[in-house]
Amino acid sequence: MTDPTTYLSHLELGQPDKTFLDSNELIINMGPQHPATHGVLRVILKLDGEKVLGTECVIGYLHRGVEKIAEHRTYTMFNPYVDRMDYVAAVSNGLGYCEAVEKILNVQAPPRANYIRVILAELNRLASHMLWLGTHALDIGAMTPLFYTFRDREEILKIFEKYCGARLTTHAFRIGGCQYETYEGFEDDVKKFLDFVPPKIDEYEELLTTNRIWVERTKGVGYISGDDCIALGVTGPVLRASGVKWDIRKAQPYAAYSDFDFEIPIGQNGDTYDRYIVRMEEMRQSLRIIRQAIERIPEGPIMAKIPKVIKPPVGEIYHSIEAPKGELGYFIVSDGSTQPYRVRVRPPSFVNLQALDLMVRGQLVADVIAVIGTLDIVLGEVDR
Amino acid sequence: MLDYIKSYLDMNATPGQAGNFFWATVYIFVVFGGVSVAVMAMNWLERKALAHFQIRLGPMRVGPHGLLQPIADALKLLTKEDIIPAQADKFVFWIAPLIILCASFTVYIVIPFGPTHAITDLNIGILFMLGVSSLSVLGVVMAGWASNSHYPLIGALRSSAQMVSYEVAMGLAVVSAVLMTSLNKTGTGTLSMIGIVQAQQAQQTWFLFKFFPLGFIAFVVFAIAMVAETNRAPFDLPEAESELTAGFHTEYSGLRWSLFMLGEYAAMIAVSSIAVTLWLGGWMRPFPHLLAGETWDLVFSLFPGFTFLALAVFCFIGVARMPKHPYFRVQTIGLAGFGIVLGLIGLTLFAPPVRDRVFDIYWFCIKVAGFMYLYIWYRATFPRYRFDQLMKVGWKVLLPIAVGVLILTAIMGVIW
Repeated sequence: MTDPTTYLSHLELGQPDKTFLDSNELIINMGPQHPATHGVLRVILKLDGEKVLGTECVIGYLHRGVEKIAEHRTYTMFNPYVDRMDYVAAVSNGLGYCEAVEKILNVQAPPRANYIRVILAELNRLASHMLWLGTHALDIGAMTPLFYTFRDREEILKIFEKYCGARLTTHAFRIGGCQYETYEGFEDDVKKFLDFVPPKIDEYEELLTTNRIWVERTKGVGYISGDDCIALGVTGPVLRASGVKWDIRKAQPYAAYSDFDFEIPIGQNGDTYDRYIVRMEEMRQSLRIIRQAIERIPEGPIMAKIPKVIKPPVGEIYHSIEAPKGELGYFIVSDGSTQPYRVRVRPPSFVNLQALDLMVRGQLVADVIAVIGTLDIVLGEVDR
Repeated sequence: MLDYIKSYLDMNATPGQAGNFFWATVYIFVVFGGVSVAVMAMNWLERKALAHFQIRLGPMRVGPHGLLQPIADALKLLTKEDIIPAQADKFVFWIAPLIILCASFTVYIVIPFGPTHAITDLNIGILFMLGVSSLSVLGVVMAGWASNSHYPLIGALRSSAQMVSYEVAMGLAVVSAVLMTSLNKTGTGTLSMIGIVQAQQAQQTWFLFKFFPLGFIAFVVFAIAMVAETNRAPFDLPEAESELTAGFHTEYSGLRWSLFMLGEYAAMIAVSSIAVTLWLGGWMRPFPHLLAGETWDLVFSLFPGFTFLALAVFCFIGVARMPKHPYFRVQTIGLAGFGIVLGLIGLTLFAPPVRDRVFDIYWFCIKVAGFMYLYIWYRATFPRYRFDQLMKVGWKVLLPIAVGVLILTAIMGVIW
């Protein structure tokens, strides 16, 4: 095994101890096989008793070279690969990529396609937040919400499955619109879901929001200020919980988001509890968006006119969307051929993970778990 | 020889007091066997009840409704490779689970399942129980140390700190209950487990309701402390799965690991028994004075039989609901057989000689089972405390309350 001190040089560790028992400081290796690191994240912790003196994240255990693969695939062929990055929010990944390519091609998806995109992306946001809530609560020790959220997430996955045949890595959208028209009964299914879910969200809140242990475990834990968030590039619910009202759906509306009326929930304290409240409220706002979209969904084509062989003009483009975890950006450089010269993904999880050390330094081991949970990282996206 | 064996049956004392080694041995085997079976039943019940809290089915494959799952698990654990890490201190590693097991099983010597149904009755019974059960901290520390690994070490330190600090509040709550036993004409209390229940009998109330709400508060303090003492949710930090993988027994596997589990569950039953003895009237049936008299005695003595019959009926309902498919035939027959066995036990319990002997055991076990269900309920509901918060609850909340209750109880005792 590699000597952990090489990773921890900036922590001024000094000489390694003869045995770990001689020292007041303890270096433990959390992960990559650990129940609470949400996959294969490895965190090296420097501890004084239970207190965290510093952390070092070691990532890359799930690196598949997604960005490099893009350089050897056509624009269309690369589309399914993006689903494998943030696999719990595959629809948002696909949406971001398709919109980025549309932007460089300078085509517009038809309105109906945009509405379908919004509905599916918001459903996916709900699914992602449900999975986050279940695992976050499980990390803090509440087992039961996990099963409740998975039960309800199942309904979303069923809609995805009926729409495009896949549940997780959906590949729901195509460059220029959607490949599939909505299936018979899609609107009824979504409406039924909209009536089904609000009481369930209340149920989760009932278990946690006012639970004394939950509040004690999350209030004041993993504090990060709005300025620090901006300095580190942290986005999404983490940023909003620190009081910064920044949501790309409002700030730079894409798809059909400018048509809908919804709020951006923000918190004040920037702690784990606020992030929890913000995400719970975001779930309700997503329901609001879906309800408006399903009522106003226009008729019409679902595919824009795009050439059979996609050959964007020479140039580069950056397009970002609000994925469930934060700003998901695609930077595409085109050399005019059928394959992108370079695709760079700005994954929210990867950038948000940088804040971990700042958030847990000086707190306790148990808080590291809570903070990893509250950052809502997906290692597939961190490592790509 | 036969006379020796028979002579005890006429005595009105525990075998330990009567000095009857034969029956003492029989009692030891019955109690330890019973506890082991109870641990297995608890294992099944916990997985099943927890599953139903969490909209799952729980074990369903091994035997009807997973009834044989604990046996399958035990067999699996027995046949697993026994791993001792190369860097571990082998002797300490080997002996740690045994200490925990012994500590949690030894306390059953004084648990009174009935006025005569205990292995023996020590005059320092409750002290003995608290003392021996706290020895399991030693096993935890040894296990954490001997593993020579970071996670077990942190888990063991957490565990020992937690167990030691909650014992203080627990002990003070116990003392206030012991004080209540001295509220009689002679003014002398007792530490004997049987004596404590008899004191409740004499004072015609459970100590839970004594000096209301003092007894109740002491009981609640004890009920919280005992969850922490046994390292169960929401105080299960030593084995916090999401933080320390498995705490002090991370490096253990197979049989040794199962000894830890056996010890943990046995300790849960043991502390629940203390709570039942001290505050819930031990083996006494509900309302022994309010609903006194021959008729009520008869009615309450039919409860054990009816309970088993009800369980049998559940089994038969299960049989009726089983899918009619050849794959389930063996399970259906098994479940029906289990129902018949339960029904026969239920019928036996109606017979007067049996009825009179198991009556008190039944009520004791029912009360303990209630606590066991609470354990599962906590686990399904609560998140986990953080270590500093746990210490805060122990020292800054429970301890002052326990001291206050103790002082008030003493004052009330003097006034009374």
